[in-house]
Amino acid sequence: MTRKPYVRPMRGWWRRDPYFTRYMAREATAVLVLAYAAILLVTIERLAQGRDAFEAWMELLRGRAFLALHLAIVATFVLHTVTWFAIMPKTMPPVEVAGRRLGPAAITGAGLVASLAASVTLFLTLRHLAS
Amino acid sequence: MSDTRPIEIEVLRYQPGARAEPYVQSWAVQFADDTSVLEALQRIKDLHDGSLTFRWSCRMAICGSCGMMINGVPRLACRTFLREFLPGPVRVEPLAHFPIERDLVVDANDFMTKLATIRPFIVPREERPLSEGEYRQTPAELERFEQFSHCINCMLCYAACPQYGLDTKFLGPGLTALLHRYNNDSRDGAREERMQLVHSDEGVWGCTAVGYCSVVCPKQVDPANAVNQNKTMSAVDWFARFLPGRRP
Repeated sequence: MTRKPYVRPMRGWWRRDPYFTRYMAREATAVLVLAYAAILLVTIERLAQGRDAFEAWMELLRGRAFLALHLAIVATFVLHTVTWFAIMPKTMPPVEVAGRRLGPAAITGAGLVASLAASVTLFLTLRHLAS
Repeated sequence: MSDTRPIEIEVLRYQPGARAEPYVQSWAVQFADDTSVLEALQRIKDLHDGSLTFRWSCRMAICGSCGMMINGVPRLACRTFLREFLPGPVRVEPLAHFPIERDLVVDANDFMTKLATIRPFIVPREERPLSEGEYRQTPAELERFEQFSHCINCMLCYAACPQYGLDTKFLGPGLTALLHRYNNDSRDGAREERMQLVHSDEGVWGCTAVGYCSVVCPKQVDPANAVNQNKTMSAVDWFARFLPGRRP
């Protein structure tokens, strides 16, 4: 009998299953994370250049285009955070609390609460420093 | 066979020698509420086309033979019921990411070859005479690997892993879970040897944490967890080289 194993192409694999599409959406968040890192780097550079350069950069950031970009970045960060903590239980060794193994929902929940607390703390601290 | 209704079953078929490419053939199959996809395939083979080829054995989700793509999802045909897919049709294809041997049968040689490389058995830490009795293990020691010992080698996780589909050199989720099972067994002494495989280019670093392998696993083995725990251990082993008294 003829043996001729048929290899199916992988082209467009990430559209084959909604799970893969969501995974690729999570991976794609890296692009806007990179964009925000670039904005932060430029901000530091402007700060080093002096007050005028920094103020001009801040003025530019207040423009509509940058505002829209920042909103997109926030949405991306939320997506990244939620999906990252959703998969976190799969990346960790078993965690025991009081002799019982912590379930995945508890790990995901703790991660989300911690990131929310960190974000709120950072926001309040920065607002306090700016005032 | 009272209380049956017809449902359309579409099967991706491939016959080497007869046709160069796979093609879809469909049949209307009578089914009841308790008819599985496997039973539907058996009915097609018995009543409509005896040449339809597929693997199966136990019919109760323990042998791991009847893994297939059912409406695009890797599942065991024996524990997937047609009632889920009303009004149909149901699309059945061979497991993704493996070469198709014939119809729903895939070429599992790659998996079987890799299975031997992980040494899927306990290599005793030290040889002991029978007179010294059994190797003892506490419930806590059992707990460290028990979940990973439930794997039935059904390969659904490989069909759920795009990284394996893109590069079949990757050891993959199921075998890493099995490797992890033996490495975490207090009676085993071959961890160092298996870790060389974990560290290698074909090892755990090919995983990008898609996580679908654990979703489709019919035995809740959570292979993604085994792979990612081994990423941590691989990193720890790498940095441990810099500690005094350790071989590079």
